[in-house]
Amino acid sequence: MYSASDLKKGLKIEIDGAPWQITEFEFCKPGKGTALYRCRMKNLITGIGMEKTYRPTDKIDEPNIEEREMYYSYFDGHHYVFSDPNTYEEMAVDASVLGDKAYFLIENSLCNFVIYNDEPIEITLPTFIEKEIVETEPGVRGDTATNVTKPAKIDNGYEIQVPLFINQGDIVKIDTRTGAYAERVSKA
Amino acid sequence: MSRSRSVDTETLLKNLRTRSALLRAVRDFFYDGGFIEVETPVKISAPAPEEHIESVKAGQGEFLRTSPELAMKELLSLGVGKMFQIGSAFRAGEFGRKHREEFTILEYYAADWDYRRLAAFTAEMFCRAAETVTGRSVILRGKREIDLRNAEFITVDEAFRKYAGISAFDADRNDTFDELMVLKVEPELGRGGITFLCDYPASRASLARLSASDPRVAERWEVYVDGMELGNAFGELTDGTEQRRRFSQAQAFRRAHGMLEYPEPEAFYRALDRGLPDSGGCAVGFDRLTMLLTGADDISQVRFC
Repeated sequence: MYSASDLKKGLKIEIDGAPWQITEFEFCKPGKGTALYRCRMKNLITGIGMEKTYRPTDKIDEPNIEEREMYYSYFDGHHYVFSDPNTYEEMAVDASVLGDKAYFLIENSLCNFVIYNDEPIEITLPTFIEKEIVETEPGVRGDTATNVTKPAKIDNGYEIQVPLFINQGDIVKIDTRTGAYAERVSKA
Repeated sequence: MSRSRSVDTETLLKNLRTRSALLRAVRDFFYDGGFIEVETPVKISAPAPEEHIESVKAGQGEFLRTSPELAMKELLSLGVGKMFQIGSAFRAGEFGRKHREEFTILEYYAADWDYRRLAAFTAEMFCRAAETVTGRSVILRGKREIDLRNAEFITVDEAFRKYAGISAFDADRNDTFDELMVLKVEPELGRGGITFLCDYPASRASLARLSASDPRVAERWEVYVDGMELGNAFGELTDGTEQRRRFSQAQAFRRAHGMLEYPEPEAFYRALDRGLPDSGGCAVGFDRLTMLLTGADDISQVRFC
């Protein structure tokens, strides 16, 4: 249990069986009145935001949340399977938790898990990963502009926008937070 | 409390210079008005028992003052007609953009003044303060200009009906008063000048006397500029029996909520028995006044803390 005076920006709390994280916090106290702890928060599963105000006497549930690192191992046809670097314990993750990030999983890459009541609710991949371009229009030699782009596919069929000078077979760096092209690593 | 400051040294020093000029201007204003400057003990044995203000303990049976109110009223009963004080006060557990456990209070009393006259005087002081800093009574908050020469009164009930859609008395009864005040009412106050929010429900002014024209409310106002509460004033309660009754209610509340229990403020009661002149008294948050006039949005930008 947290008491209201524990509230601060970044704290994770539980309300009606759902995990929330405080994104903005303000201590208020109207003259001669009770202290009020004004919070903006984000639901850690749905991403929905809300505002809630607590009094000093309020008690707030503490969510059963842990963070741990896991290696990505393999796709078993239904789930993405990760393993604990120390215990080798495996965890199967549903595609819905990963969303588009599933396209950027690379075997043995270390990912950060936020686990709520034994279920992963957020998985953070290494910020940059490298992928080969398997399909794109031929490159325009000498055109080094990066603001004009064309579609290109990586090995698992995911499509990104790349500059015109990129060729099939090039290795590129992708930002996993946005899913966007970052830079060319090597030429085909 | 740790030193967390959201300000660079250059801004802090600039603001401290402004603060110094303000201290001087405010002192001049009070001296010109015939007030004497007093100092009363910071370490005291009996803070005023209030429901939502917690004092800081200072050793066995002693506390740091939450305000100099009781001591200054003792001085009123001894015949100091008009006085002011600028000094530190302490409120445990208060920490935010506009709060620190230790803050500077500007508190003043005038015998024979009613709370309306005190409001006019306070508005004039704010204007003088602004003129010291900016050369005129207009201050800039964000993109909005606020002329402190404009002052308005609105009763708490009018403000609640207008901005929160509920009567202040109903909000008080169903225990939503403080939330509505912070979320709905305060942001609307002092947008075009100084707003005096006056005539609080009687339950919310334990040291003020009841209004002669409407006993549901007490002679209390709070002064706002740009949504920020800057000061609190009372038409002071002078009836010792009534004051004892209200404080014992507050003591019962404190016991029930596991708050620090205070000794009875006997010296203050003796002062009331001796007789307090009809007076007006006001406490202004000096740090906040400085914030208002420097454009700071955190108290740590205007006081070294």
